[in-house]
Amino acid sequence: MSRGRDAAPESLAREPDLLRFTTAGSVDDGKSTLIGRLLHDAGAIHEDQLESLRASAAKGTGALDLALVTDGLRAEREQGITIDVAYRYFSTPRRRFIIADTPGHVQYTRNMATGASTADLAVILIDAQLGIQTQSKRHAFIVSLLAVPRIVVAVNKMDLVGYEQSVYDQIRDEYGAFAARLGFADVTFIPISALAGDNVVTQSANMTWFTGLPLMTHLESVYVAGDANLIDFRFPVQRVVRPNRDFRGYAGQVVSGVVRPGDQIVVLPAGRRARISRIVTYDGDVEYAYAPQAVTLCLDENVDVSRGDVIAHTNNVPNVERSIEAMLVWMADLPLEEGRIYLVKHATRAVRATCSQIVYRVNPDTLHRESASLLGLNEIGRVRFTLFQPLAVDEYRKNRATGSFIVIDEASNATAGAGMIIERKSAPEIGPGVGAPVSRNVTPHSGSVLRTDRARLLRQRPFTVWLTGLPGSGKSTLAQALERRLIDTGHPCYVLDGDNLRHGLNRDLGFTPESRRENVRRVAETARLMNDAGLIVVTALISPYEEDRAMARQIIGEEDFFETYLAANVQACELRDPKGHYAKARRGEISDFTGVNAPYQTPETPALVIDTGTDSLDSSVEQLFAAVSARASSG
Amino acid sequence: MPQEIYSLPILRRLEAEAIHILREVAAEFERPVLMYSIGKDSSVLMRLAQKAFHPGPIPFPVLHVDTDFKFPVMIAFRDRICASLGVELRVARNEAALAAGTNPWDRGTVKCCGALKTQGLLGALKAGDYDAVIGGARREEERSRAKERIYSFRDAHGQWDPKNQRPELWNLYNGRVHAGESIRVFPLSNWTELDVWRYIAQESIEVVPLYFAEERMVVFRNGQYLPLGERTRLMPGEHGEPRSVRFRSLGCYPCTGAVLSSARTVPDIIAELEESRYSERVTRVIDHDQDGSMEQKKREGYF
Ligand SMILES: Nc1nc2c(ncn2[C@@H]2O[C@H](COP(=O)(O)OP(=O)(O)O)[C@@H](O)[C@H]2O)c(=O)[nH]1
Repeated sequence: MSRGRDAAPESLAREPDLLRFTTAGSVDDGKSTLIGRLLHDAGAIHEDQLESLRASAAKGTGALDLALVTDGLRAEREQGITIDVAYRYFSTPRRRFIIADTPGHVQYTRNMATGASTADLAVILIDAQLGIQTQSKRHAFIVSLLAVPRIVVAVNKMDLVGYEQSVYDQIRDEYGAFAARLGFADVTFIPISALAGDNVVTQSANMTWFTGLPLMTHLESVYVAGDANLIDFRFPVQRVVRPNRDFRGYAGQVVSGVVRPGDQIVVLPAGRRARISRIVTYDGDVEYAYAPQAVTLCLDENVDVSRGDVIAHTNNVPNVERSIEAMLVWMADLPLEEGRIYLVKHATRAVRATCSQIVYRVNPDTLHRESASLLGLNEIGRVRFTLFQPLAVDEYRKNRATGSFIVIDEASNATAGAGMIIERKSAPEIGPGVGAPVSRNVTPHSGSVLRTDRARLLRQRPFTVWLTGLPGSGKSTLAQALERRLIDTGHPCYVLDGDNLRHGLNRDLGFTPESRRENVRRVAETARLMNDAGLIVVTALISPYEEDRAMARQIIGEEDFFETYLAANVQACELRDPKGHYAKARRGEISDFTGVNAPYQTPETPALVIDTGTDSLDSSVEQLFAAVSARASSG
Repeated sequence: MPQEIYSLPILRRLEAEAIHILREVAAEFERPVLMYSIGKDSSVLMRLAQKAFHPGPIPFPVLHVDTDFKFPVMIAFRDRICASLGVELRVARNEAALAAGTNPWDRGTVKCCGALKTQGLLGALKAGDYDAVIGGARREEERSRAKERIYSFRDAHGQWDPKNQRPELWNLYNGRVHAGESIRVFPLSNWTELDVWRYIAQESIEVVPLYFAEERMVVFRNGQYLPLGERTRLMPGEHGEPRSVRFRSLGCYPCTGAVLSSARTVPDIIAELEESRYSERVTRVIDHDQDGSMEQKKREGYF
């Protein structure tokens, strides 16, 4: 085993590091000019680009317009505004820089958020002549939301106010007070003229009253290495690498922390434990890996790991949550709506989620909270999502990688929102239809009697037969018939019937996707307890959503989840209509009725399919009993 | 305990970012393909793909758009490298346009490129029904590329709409597409030309010898040295001359200018670039044809 070559001490020898920063300013504050000037003075504008600038200049005023360097696209050049995020690259002997150049136009809050999401620092421009605008406050607010650790406030166009110190001082005092409310650790003010070059790269002779560093020198020297989170090891699994029988590894990026062979780890959300056996790279195994290295981890035990899981140290774990609360920047034309289902992509996992509540909307100019039931384009709010499957998350302020997510609109596939997870301050209310979240401070206790002891006593292998299918497909009938046969053949078992449970355990639940999900969750948890107690469980629930069934599978456990699809089609079921529900739904008397005005998602990989639409009842029971009793008597 | 260092050098950072992207593509798309242009960026991409999937094989095919005007050594290099890495090579050609005798001298570089390259590419992408197409483009290469996402959405006609791109935050990529739509993926977005060469040096990656200076027969035209290929047509008064030149980027020989250079090794090239003040696409004739031409071509589906 060799030490990774990056760890060799010689790499310390004045290796320049990287600073990613973003720029923000209202239209015409001089942002493009400033970036053009930085690039120009750092020698980062290539001769041929300069030539085309000179050609443009010849057509216009004759002066070299530095703003054109960054105004890349034809449409923008025509409109004279920057409309999207552009990335610029330059370097000095001390540092490499990546600028995310984002527009100041009011419509484009989302672009600012995009630029800030990867930035170590933000430069906010303020026009000295105009002073602080509402836009300027909005910019600082977004930058603070995305937890950019430090800002530079460049007070621009000082040449137009006669390089007057009092103008600068007033802006600094007022904006400084505002920034302090936003909790920035590091705020630096610099008076500049982007056009004339004062305090951009060299100290200004026109503002000798300013004793700080010019912008470029500040950017070159500001300390950022301490930002890296090397404490909390997190490893979202990207792919399972299984090229042959002898190798099984998990490819991913160490997004924070450090990992070594021998470390005790846990695979979340399932909670399975193992030790790291090897850290594999193309260049050989390494003795440790740290953020942001991309490696492949091997474990000493064959636990179940798949894409989307997060690996962490057993003594430092993210929270496994079924509902999350976050600050959200909305980026789509179609507003965010309470009760709608979206796709939440977090680290390497995407799960469906219901927007359960918009807690409030923030007015970015006053920072006041307003109540809202929608979040429109470029609006920012605090929201809650109920997740169809659990996620392993951290608070965004503690960990950008495991605290961030994007919201995708499933219909259009648009990236509709960007979320930053916050720790809930108060206990979440549990109301009808809202999934109960896992409490973080409750540790499960395990007694000395094992599940296998109980199973041995009852002489069977307990598991759950999960019947799913349209209303009228025969779930209840088959469940009762199967229970009879199992009891008759000496198998302790119990039927959990959806309709019956709705009179008791689940009487607070309706038929929205959210309630159905909670219904499934409770039944699955109950089934798991009964399996634990040694019983075979048969459930009869429509359980129309693949995600919900996946959740049930996860709760009950892959091994014990025997998914059985009763494949009668709508026509067949409607023809039978034992409870008269289809007829009512057709008349519009029942809403959210599966098969009529709510969807049924066919299982993708059921353990058993029975065609209850064409087979006789006896034949269906026979098939089901044969499969179940064989399994009940096995191992 | 040995002293351990937890700060990753820039090239390793860029490498890790690219590997992460390549693995995301392999995990989330059904039919990804890697565009293999035979150039230095492609060579780097291939190494990154090897690293990303090690110890397994590269899990997607590579696609080369052959315009029939490539330097012959490029084709030989392509076949040898693909065979040695064990990747599946797919070659696409716009046979109809080639049969019609399309060439840059009679049709002009813009139309020729549109037919042989862009149409050749779009035809192949359609035929392969690829949902993700990995390319080696870098943002600092050209102005319009500065706005390109790492995951760049294309509609069912392969077109790019710079005004309507998906926001891209953190490293959370949205690769969801409807049937027929696709994502162009650029793992080298944050690399500069120097990074590419430094990485080639660090990793000892083999590249096409055309990148190294050598005495070659060239013709001087419009301020550029164009190589003499077998079908190159000389204008009245032009003549070929031997010069020590190299190519900074490789395209079709009628349209790829050479630069005077004495850089015969990778370290020579790095030293030359550190001095140089010209961006590399200056030697691609196509970009100069009209103002904003690259952006126009990208909208239409060019890489
Ligand atoms: N006098 C003066 N004008 C400036 C300064 N910086 C920018 N400008 C001008 O302000 C206008 C808008 O600048 P631009 O960089 O396009 O602003 P952007 O919209 O923030 O990118 C242009 O006419 C610039 O020449 C400065 O420091 N002093």
